[in-house]
Amino acid sequence: MASRVMELAVHLRSAVALAGRFPALSGVDLDVAAGEVVAVLGANGAGKTSLLRVCAGLVPVVSGDARVLGCDLRSERTLARRRVGLLGHDPALYDELTAAENVRFAVRAAGLGTDRVGPALDRLGLTGRLRRTPAVRMSAGQRRRTALAVLVARDPELWLLDEPHAGLDADARTIVGSLVEEAAASGAAVVLTSHEPDLAVPLADRVAVMSGGRITSVRTGGRRADATDRVLVALSQGDAHVA
Amino acid sequence: MWRDALLVAGKDIRIELRSRVALWQVLPFAVLVLVLFGFALGPGPSALRTAAPGLYWLAVLFSTVLATQRSMAIESGEGTRDGLRLSGIDPAGVFLGKAAAVAVQLVAVQVLLGAGIVVLFDVHVETWWLALVASVLATVGLSAAGVLYGALSAGLRVRETLLPLLVLPIVAPVLIAGSRAWSAAVSGAVASGASWLKILGPFAAVYLAVGVALYGPLQETA
Repeated sequence: MASRVMELAVHLRSAVALAGRFPALSGVDLDVAAGEVVAVLGANGAGKTSLLRVCAGLVPVVSGDARVLGCDLRSERTLARRRVGLLGHDPALYDELTAAENVRFAVRAAGLGTDRVGPALDRLGLTGRLRRTPAVRMSAGQRRRTALAVLVARDPELWLLDEPHAGLDADARTIVGSLVEEAAASGAAVVLTSHEPDLAVPLADRVAVMSGGRITSVRTGGRRADATDRVLVALSQGDAHVA
Repeated sequence: MWRDALLVAGKDIRIELRSRVALWQVLPFAVLVLVLFGFALGPGPSALRTAAPGLYWLAVLFSTVLATQRSMAIESGEGTRDGLRLSGIDPAGVFLGKAAAVAVQLVAVQVLLGAGIVVLFDVHVETWWLALVASVLATVGLSAAGVLYGALSAGLRVRETLLPLLVLPIVAPVLIAGSRAWSAAVSGAVASGASWLKILGPFAAVYLAVGVALYGPLQETA
């Protein structure tokens, strides 16, 4: 069991987290394996964003067990953070810096080579003058693309995407789908939230539905038929939390 | 840590060069403070010369508050604050980098103010090395204390009004020691001036050390 937990990208058991004085997560159980895509659906305030922020190590867990990429989120949060990529509601961009400079800063901060910058910007269609445009002058969609380029350049082991389709045009939404596929194929785990099941479910191995800070149900997603098999294997090994 | 500090300082300075907040707001504000205090003291040249070191450091202190507020505003967006925490950058490196960027702006402010008191108040500095060392030590202390208290107030809604209340009393020793050291530099009283460096040096060292140790926890709670 211990070695299996180590292999999981996300392992939450009865995880409780607070937003101020109020519970943001009220006992969440979730396992996400490497190479797996989990879509989290739910109404506003269901706890989807809080779940991602807990997984990113930005919101502390006050009780329960929480491990990300083998790191205990209570004692090794900073270690976990370096290996996680988060696309939040607000793109983490500096307004005065250009798209290329924002991505370069993130890459250098992570101790990676700046040769990743150009291909990442290309991948998101940020070419020509767009690369030299300060973030403050970009449209919301272009800012979102730049934030995604940061993730592509950093190539994290766990992708946490909060409403990744929001504010994007059809081309960019297609790119998001491809990025999720590529990340999972390379062995990274992906957890994405969405209000749009028709966009999220086809990308996912499993779909978790949240309400009131809890995961109320988990179903097989539309990405891979063998997702169901993996869930059954996990259940047969006695891990009742993996649905 | 040092690599991270250089990265953050470079980023902050680049942002300042683009936004030109320091150029169009902090520098004119500093000169305005100097001129207005000059008006308040009247046209008597001896009174102006005597008060010049104190006015100089008051203007530097007020500029420190502005530069620190701006430095914290760069990371005020929830996205950028989270981005920095997820970036893998050592919090001590963030502290040193931001303090270095504020220090660069304060150096620009002091060059302008130095020229201002020479031209407007007819001040002649006898012992340049003393004025220079006092300025370097004071700049390090002011930028370190400013960024530390800036991080302390960063997560609060009232941060803009709270920061001056936190910073100005704390940096009062810099105002006193800097003014005395500069007065000594103007009059050529090296021995008395050098003794004030014994306050400026430890002040800078303490705030650098405390900032390196505490910036991480402050970043988490902001």
